[in-house]
Amino acid sequence: MPDLMPPEVEEENYLNAEYGVRSWLLTRDHKRIGLLYLFTLTGMFVLGGLAALGIRLELLTPVGDLMGDDSYNKMFTAHGIIMIFFFLVPSIPAVMGNFLLPLMIGAKDLAFPRLNLASWYIYLLGAALALGAMLTGGVDTGWTFYTPYSTEGSNTNVTMTAMGIFVSGFSSILTGINFLVTIHRMRAPGLTWFRLPLFVWSQYATSIIFILGTPVIAITILLVAAERSLDIGIFDPALGGDPILFQHLFWFYSHPAVYIMILPSMGVVSEIICCFSRNRIFGYKFVAISSLAIALLGFLVWGHHMFVSGQSTNAGLIFSFLSFAVAIPSAVKVFNWTATLYRGSITLKAPMIYALGFIGLFTIGGLTGLFLAALAVDVHLTDTYFIVAHFHYIMVGGALMAYLGALHFWWPKITGRLYSEALAKVSAILVFLGFNLTFFPQFILGYLGMPRRYHVYPDEFQVLNVFSTAGASILGVGYLIPLCYLAYSMRYGPRASANPWGAAGLEWQTPSPPPTENFHTTPVVTDEAYDYRHLDAELAAAEESKA
Amino acid sequence: MISRFRLLPEAASTIAGSVDQLYWFIAAISAGFSFAVAGMILFFVIRYRRRETGREHPESDGVLSLEILWSGIPFLISMVMFVWGAVVFLEMRTPPADSMQIFAVGKRWMWKVQHLEGRREINELHIPVGRPVKITMTSEDVIHSFFVPAFRVKQDAVPGRYSEFWFEATKTGEYHLFCSEFCGTQHARMIGKVVVMEPADYQAWLGSTERGGSRLSMAEAGEEAFAELGCASCHGEGDGSRGPSLRGLAGSQIRMPDGTMRVADATYLRQSILQPLAVVRDGWDPVMPSFQGQLTEDRVLELIAYINSLESGDAAAGVSPVAEAIEENEETPWM
Repeated sequence: MPDLMPPEVEEENYLNAEYGVRSWLLTRDHKRIGLLYLFTLTGMFVLGGLAALGIRLELLTPVGDLMGDDSYNKMFTAHGIIMIFFFLVPSIPAVMGNFLLPLMIGAKDLAFPRLNLASWYIYLLGAALALGAMLTGGVDTGWTFYTPYSTEGSNTNVTMTAMGIFVSGFSSILTGINFLVTIHRMRAPGLTWFRLPLFVWSQYATSIIFILGTPVIAITILLVAAERSLDIGIFDPALGGDPILFQHLFWFYSHPAVYIMILPSMGVVSEIICCFSRNRIFGYKFVAISSLAIALLGFLVWGHHMFVSGQSTNAGLIFSFLSFAVAIPSAVKVFNWTATLYRGSITLKAPMIYALGFIGLFTIGGLTGLFLAALAVDVHLTDTYFIVAHFHYIMVGGALMAYLGALHFWWPKITGRLYSEALAKVSAILVFLGFNLTFFPQFILGYLGMPRRYHVYPDEFQVLNVFSTAGASILGVGYLIPLCYLAYSMRYGPRASANPWGAAGLEWQTPSPPPTENFHTTPVVTDEAYDYRHLDAELAAAEESKA
Repeated sequence: MISRFRLLPEAASTIAGSVDQLYWFIAAISAGFSFAVAGMILFFVIRYRRRETGREHPESDGVLSLEILWSGIPFLISMVMFVWGAVVFLEMRTPPADSMQIFAVGKRWMWKVQHLEGRREINELHIPVGRPVKITMTSEDVIHSFFVPAFRVKQDAVPGRYSEFWFEATKTGEYHLFCSEFCGTQHARMIGKVVVMEPADYQAWLGSTERGGSRLSMAEAGEEAFAELGCASCHGEGDGSRGPSLRGLAGSQIRMPDGTMRVADATYLRQSILQPLAVVRDGWDPVMPSFQGQLTEDRVLELIAYINSLESGDAAAGVSPVAEAIEENEETPWM
């Protein structure tokens, strides 16, 4: 794709408009706040990743030789809490959503810029509380905080960790409100609902879950803290409470939370696939509506986490049925992405490799969900490594692949710089291979019956664990490489044009990096989303006139 | 049976085969879909790779019939999986009438097992081959989960309530018994084994007194506890001045002060012992002291076994109220 615009030379943009730490910490620019999230989330990802490394090293041998029982339990709890509450849930919405949403709909900023900055500070406060709890003794309940272990059994820093999650939940809620209002009220003239980029649709669906789901986990976790400190009997049967009640409340949020992690990824992948196959998405309305369907159905399936908990048989049957139902809109998306490639004009740039890798891993992650929705099979597989493999395929194979794909795709827009395409391809392939080597053996381990959260295990599980740990080291290298070349490109990368990929979408119609007010003149939308037919004709005409 | 490396789990119960069949059915469908999607992607990426000239674009932005087809077919296939999974699950949840009864209690960090005949064991479960075994289980502290991979069964042990499951072993041998619900420090070490024996060997094992002393059956142990705790001073035969007689109580309909009726099942009996004031029968004064904190879960089970035996005079037959307790729970589907 030839550059159609000369590189900007020190034109004023959001990065150089103001200088100094103060200008960042007090900024109300959604793009700068997106970057603040990017740096803090990268830090959290590194911490969560180091904990993962510790877990995999410990699991190399069947005896607990690297760390003691309590240390291991604190290690996997830290990994889970950091990765889920402080990395995956905010990842794409807070970083990419913040940066892109106003640009994509032709707005100057989000509806409530100060609230947006406040959201970041609330997130920081929550993260500080949770990390503080981990540094001052740790917490060993697992990220699920099952009662009565969390209320009565554990003598670790449960209350402080719970407060960290409680506080950070407000960050999600406020971001969700901000996004919803922005999407409703601030679209550019001509940008009708069915002309919106699918990334915006996915953020819309995610925001609904943020607003409806997060208060439930916040209240639940507050009740745990209250029960620990005040001895009121809500969940602890010794005090007259019901431990299964906690599971209902917890999963009522935490299953939709999985869709918080995956819906934005689906939006990202739709953007990337269309751009690098130069096609309009196949079945735009089906893909858009299926995001909403997933968000709403996602609230009805929580009970499938509890098939062996003592929940009634009837509840099991209903939740099993609904869990199968939610698989359908996900399947629809996979078929639509694949069909989008048909008769396209495909280039395998790094973001496209991530996006195609996402489809592969998400497909496996989704299909293995069918095993768990099927009641009788779930009884055997639940709480084993099959579960661990399944949700890592969705959350890491899916959400993280898409996050990296998004970072690469919009990197030139965010920083105004290009990165090394060769290194990016190498790392994308390393991540894909390393990921599969890490997590595929865990499906077999689970079917064999290795329970999760075990660091001491029978000998016969060792060979597969060695494969898994080997894969994790490849995966680690795959994550390290982008960290280096992206950091390098921030300062030394070649200048990027406004639209280096020749992509459709309003965000590509403004300079890279964008000016503080996003657009010099408010754009007017006359095309359907992903009108690559039209765009390519324009590009071809421009090429000809050049020649 | 434990080798260094394996790819398929051992199958040693009547249900294992049914679970495996469904497992492989879903695996085959999943593999088929995965390869189809991956194959299509690879084919399209190669076939439609970017060429400098002649950009092609499909004329259509979507085909309704295709969308309906690829929503409908996965839905139908998933409904097959749902019904199949539900049918096998219902079988797992329905113990045969002739099941042998065993009690288990989870506790950090061990499984305590009581056989009706009186034999107790820790982190081991001896059972006869070819006979359905029904386990009634609770926990003394946090949630544990009883998991025997070779049998394809798993059930949570939840404090404060009884849960029940069953299986029938088809092969003698030793099998892993794991705790699969995270329960704290030594969760990974809460490992035991299930020993499946020939029926004759099992009888011999039950009768052996390798731990010494005369052993009482559960009902007899319960009777002893009943006497030690002084229960008879109020619930004695023919006295009935302060508390009702317990003969024939288990499994009967009783009237609550608000006029409603409930079954005196194991859950009711447990609650009557631990939180008596919460479930006082109509016509009696709320004067019974609570035994909360004074009794272990296995002691409570023994007392229930004794009260059950008062109904029919036969300890072994007095276990049906436990099953009723579980059916009772079924009626509140969300809890």
